[in-house]
Amino acid sequence: MSDLLKLGLDDLHVALGGRMVPFAGYAMPVQYPVGVMKEHLQTRQAAGLFDVSHMGQVILQPSGSMEALVAGFAALMPVDVAGVKEGRQRYGLFTNDAGGIMDDLMFANRGDHLFVVVNAACKAADIAHMTAHLGAQVRPVTDRALLALQGPQAEAAFARIVPQVAAMRFMDVAVLDSAFGELWVSRSGYTGEDGFEISVPDAGARGLADALLAMPEVAPIGLGARDSLRLEAGLCLYGHDIDTETSPVEAGLGWAIQKTRRKGGAQEGGFPGAARILAEFDNGPARLRVGLRPDGRAPMREGTVLFHDGVAVGHVTSGGFGPSLDAPVAMGYVPANLSAPGTALTGEVRGKHMPVTVTDLPFRPSNFKR
Amino acid sequence: MKYTKEHEWLRVEGDLIVVGITEHAATALGDVVFVELPEVETMVAEGDEICVIESVKAASDILAPLDGEIVAVNDKLVDNPSLVNTDPTGAAWFFKMRVEDTSVIDDFMDEDEYAELIG
Repeated sequence: MSDLLKLGLDDLHVALGGRMVPFAGYAMPVQYPVGVMKEHLQTRQAAGLFDVSHMGQVILQPSGSMEALVAGFAALMPVDVAGVKEGRQRYGLFTNDAGGIMDDLMFANRGDHLFVVVNAACKAADIAHMTAHLGAQVRPVTDRALLALQGPQAEAAFARIVPQVAAMRFMDVAVLDSAFGELWVSRSGYTGEDGFEISVPDAGARGLADALLAMPEVAPIGLGARDSLRLEAGLCLYGHDIDTETSPVEAGLGWAIQKTRRKGGAQEGGFPGAARILAEFDNGPARLRVGLRPDGRAPMREGTVLFHDGVAVGHVTSGGFGPSLDAPVAMGYVPANLSAPGTALTGEVRGKHMPVTVTDLPFRPSNFKR
Repeated sequence: MKYTKEHEWLRVEGDLIVVGITEHAATALGDVVFVELPEVETMVAEGDEICVIESVKAASDILAPLDGEIVAVNDKLVDNPSLVNTDPTGAAWFFKMRVEDTSVIDDFMDEDEYAELIG
C-alpha cells in the first residue's frame, strides 16, 4: 500500500487496530478489531467516530458578489442554491449534459462564501469541473481533516467539547471555536442517524479524535460499517447506485431538485442535462432505483442480475447484510412498471434464482434532529 | 488437528473426518451472516466448492479437502452463522465426511506448518 495516500490520522487508526485497505487512493480503516457488525450497532445505539478526511473539502470564495457565485454554482446542478440560507446546508448533484450524475455532494451557505464536500473518488474531477466554470473562486481545503460523529448519543458527546452544537438542527452548519482550533460543523451524516460532520484543522485532528474516543459513548468505526449503515438508510454510494449513466430522477433523487428548478419554476432549467431530467419528471423515468429485501439470509451483492418471470430486468447496485435488520438488504434498478413495493422478483445468486421483494427506502426510519 | 492451504482444519472422529475453517480464516472473513451447507449423502471430489460462507464483507467458498461422502452437516450454522466467528474450531464445524482411508489427513499441514503459512 506504499503508493496510497495516508490519512493525517493514519497512526491513530493503526494504533486502534484498524485493518487498512485501499479506498479511493487512500489507506483507510475498513474495520477495527470488534468488527463491522458491532461497529454498525454501536453507531445505531450510541455513537461512532468516522475519519472521512479522504473526502474533498472545497471553499467557493466569490471574486465578485455572492449572488454571482451562487448563480454560477447553480448552473452546475439542478438544485436551488439561492434558497439555502446562511448557516444551512443542502444535498446537491453535479449533472452532465446527458442528465447523468457526475457526483453527489453537500454544500453550505456560510454567509460570504460556500463550503462544499465532495466524494473522495471524484474529488480531482469535481475540482477541475468547478474550476472550469468558476475559476479561481474554487479553493480546495488541504489542511483540514474531516471527522463524522454519528449516532443517538453524538450530541451528548460532542456537546462536552463544544456546547453550542446541541442547539444545531439537521442540516445546520456553524463555525465554532474549540480547544482543537476552528471547527466547521454540520449536523448531517451518511448513516441515517443524528450526528455531525466536523472539519478540523490538521493540527487539532488527533486531539479532537482522542477526546471523542475517550468518551464512553464513542467508538471508532470503519468503512465497512459506514457502508452497511448508509445502505440501511437507503443512501446512494456514488459509482455504485448513481453514476454518469443514471439520472437523478431514475435514482429516486427527485426530492433533491426543488420546484424552482423544475418546469414552471422561477429558476427553471439552466443546468446540464435539463432536457432529459425535466422530461423524466413529466413522463416518468424508464427505470427506478428501489429497495430490495432478499428472502432468507443470503446477501445479494452488487452486480446480482434481477429477473421477473424469467426475464432479466435489472441489477443490484449495492447489497449486503443489514445488521440492524438482521437480514440482507440491497438496492438496484428495475423498470418503472416493476418498481412498486411488494413486487416479487428473483436475483441470480451462484446460479440459483433467489426470491427478492421490492421495498420502500429507507429500510429503517432515519433519526435526524429536525 | 491438520490444516489445508485453503484455511480449513481437519480432524479425525472415528472413521470420519470433520472439517471447519480456521480462526485465521474466520477473522479475515469478518462477521459471518450466512452459511450454505452441502446436502448429506452427496459424493464430493477434492476441490469441489461445497459450502458458501457470506460475511458482512464478501462471499467465499469452502472446498472439499478430499474425495468422499458428506455424512453430516452442522445445521446450527444455518441458524446461527456467527458461531463461525465465536468458536471456529469447536462448535462451528461445517461437515463430516467419510473417506476411503482417514490416514490421508497425515499429508496435510500440522499446526506449526500452518502457523508458518499464515505468518
